[in-house]
Amino acid sequence: MPIQVLMPALSPTMEKGNLAKWLKKEGETIKSGDVIAEIETDKATMEVEATDEGTLGKILIPEGTADVAVNTPIATILADGESAADLAKAPAPAKQEKAAESAPPAAAKGEAPAPKAAPAPQAVAEPDPEVPAGTEMVTQTIREALRDAMAEEMRRDADVFVMGEEVAEYQGAYKVTQGLLQEFGAKRVIDTPITEHGFAGIGVGAAMTGLKPIVEFMTFNFAMQAIDQIINSAAKTLYMSGGQMGCSIVFRGPNGAAARVAAQHSQDYSAWYSHIPGLKVVAPYSAADAKGLLKAAIRDPNPVIFLENEVLYGHSGEVPKLDDFVIPIGKARIVRSGSHVTIISWSNGMTYALKAADELAKDGIEAEVIDLRTLRPLDTETIINSVKKTGRAVTVEEGWAQSGVGAEIAARIMENAFDYLDAPVARVSGKDVPMPYAANLEKLALPAAAEVVEAAKAVCYR
Amino acid sequence: MAAPKKAAAGAAQDKTNGGSPPEFTREQELKALRDMLLIRRFEEKAGQLYGMGAIGGFCHLYIGQEAVVVGMQMALKQGDQVITGYRDHGHMLATGMDANGVMAELTGRRGGYSKGKGGSMHMFSKEKHFYGGHGIVGAQVSLGTGLAFANHYRGNDNVSVTYFGDGAANQGQVYESFNMAELWKLPVIYVIENNRYAMGTSVSRASAQQDFSKRGASFNIPGMQVDGMDVRAVKAAGEEAAAWCRAGKGPYILEMQTYRYRGHSMSDPAKYRTREEVEKVRHDQDPIEQVRNRLLAAKVSEQDLKAIDAEVRDIVNASADFAQHDPEPDAAELWTDVYR
Repeated sequence: MPIQVLMPALSPTMEKGNLAKWLKKEGETIKSGDVIAEIETDKATMEVEATDEGTLGKILIPEGTADVAVNTPIATILADGESAADLAKAPAPAKQEKAAESAPPAAAKGEAPAPKAAPAPQAVAEPDPEVPAGTEMVTQTIREALRDAMAEEMRRDADVFVMGEEVAEYQGAYKVTQGLLQEFGAKRVIDTPITEHGFAGIGVGAAMTGLKPIVEFMTFNFAMQAIDQIINSAAKTLYMSGGQMGCSIVFRGPNGAAARVAAQHSQDYSAWYSHIPGLKVVAPYSAADAKGLLKAAIRDPNPVIFLENEVLYGHSGEVPKLDDFVIPIGKARIVRSGSHVTIISWSNGMTYALKAADELAKDGIEAEVIDLRTLRPLDTETIINSVKKTGRAVTVEEGWAQSGVGAEIAARIMENAFDYLDAPVARVSGKDVPMPYAANLEKLALPAAAEVVEAAKAVCYR
Repeated sequence: MAAPKKAAAGAAQDKTNGGSPPEFTREQELKALRDMLLIRRFEEKAGQLYGMGAIGGFCHLYIGQEAVVVGMQMALKQGDQVITGYRDHGHMLATGMDANGVMAELTGRRGGYSKGKGGSMHMFSKEKHFYGGHGIVGAQVSLGTGLAFANHYRGNDNVSVTYFGDGAANQGQVYESFNMAELWKLPVIYVIENNRYAMGTSVSRASAQQDFSKRGASFNIPGMQVDGMDVRAVKAAGEEAAAWCRAGKGPYILEMQTYRYRGHSMSDPAKYRTREEVEKVRHDQDPIEQVRNRLLAAKVSEQDLKAIDAEVRDIVNASADFAQHDPEPDAAELWTDVYR
């Protein structure tokens, strides 16, 4: 019976890709291990290897086809003795082919899953006050927005440089630094050995002399190796020196859960860094915010922790076409206005918050959704003004609840708007367990839009 | 790449190994004496003020190790950076920082280098290119490598002199830094001040490789053991290392074999070594007495040496006076300098 060849996934987060090229023709003989096609994502090209022997029966997806969903049948292979006539028969159980990246293989720690191609829910009920009316907008992925922010700042200031693992020749483990080496050269785009503690310290030392490093961590999970330099050296030196010596430095990289990478690669550090005086902590959700806030972070004279999210890298959004689009650090944004309940989140938590707001609207509950964007300094005023209007609040975060950012927000609401509250503040958070690997358990461990809906209804007594 | 090599042998060892270092001129001897005496008298005074309760927290004295930082400073040029750990008062004075500002920081007063907010272990001077004063053992090694990175990035010929002790030499980030410094040929001199004890743990109880000049061997970083009690040997080694760095050849390791006379900190019961051991080093190898004896042998008058003593005592007494009478920081300073 003919065997179906399915569109392979390069990573757990890849949902679709382009079929760039067929390397075998219909009727050609195929051996196991032959490269039969090339597929590409916005980050990488990969080769599709046959795992079966036979003849290429029929190409189902022609080359040049974009956005082919993972697991779509792309061709059939006929076994010995089968002919084209057999193609009409029911196919054998689907079998996914093996994909091999044609780029250099990722380091063991640097698996680079491709992005989800699906656009993020972009509820833009409220215009961004930072963008002048009538500004032309361009659609970009968050990955591209971050890259452009770095490139623009590097053109503007020769003291800005990027260092980290695989940022230069590999073009970034998640392709965020794509093209920077070609434009700025190896002096300013610096591949480091796998040595987080060491290169974080080198970055801080360089910053003490007035240089402006952007230190990329392949993920913030690895920054735990470097956290002493981030906190004891970067965050505290200005104070310990009586204002004489600070450091302008950005530590950036993906934070929180990606998909199916389990406990050691899935932690959300929002609460950890936002605990520290001397640090600023930024965690954008939209492409425009990613660009404008990263530019602000690079210019900021203080150490800034810039928390990105791997799942969001491939999401597209509208980015204002302005020569110098900078969003001030420390200002939350009301993304959707409503009068019944305030939902507060940031980064990928906004995905659940916005979905929940859509669901709640169907039941007649109008949620006001706040994207914090910056976690330190926290824009308490925007939160409090909203809660004074709605009388109810739900916080949403992927991190753990204990000593989390949601706990801090709840305390500030109690301190500043206790008399306005019609219900206790509710928290939706990651479950109090290390991140499990199994797909079903992982889903259970993360927040869900349904949990946000439930929490919002509870505080509305519905 | 030059293989690790050895110069003069260690403080407690036979000093005839490696021959005598180049002689100093009379001016150099007098400068070395004066700068080392300033550190010693300053530290003695700090010890007294600690005993009186005027200095709080931790206080790590540099007494016995003066030749290391004074000799190194004589080998440097304007613009070279200095960074060290928590035993830092001597480094600050040697880079030319004002004794009043250092002592007032020890007493936590507003005239201190960090406005009283840093204390003994956390002082800085942009003007003197002194980058601290760091309380986390070994952290200054990565930071100092970063200073060298900045020199390399800017294309200047400054060298980062990064001091750490035999204890810090066992921290992981030291080797991460060694690797990158050699990989990128960064101009950094790693000065390992081997005073034989990491707090109360002797080198032999903590270090598998006790020859610290070899600690960079697997990264191809050259190293040298230096008699850190002889200021002339220190200066000569410092000049060799600095020339290596300035020539673009990358980092260099100097193991300074030295000794601290006082405890690790003021609260050290010193049960880990004998009184005789300390007395023997003091008697045989004291870095200041070595210079004084050479000057006397060269017919410098007692009178002239006493004049140096008097000048140094005046500076130290004035600093103690300032540090005890300068007001504490204004309460409003609690909230300043968190961000800029």
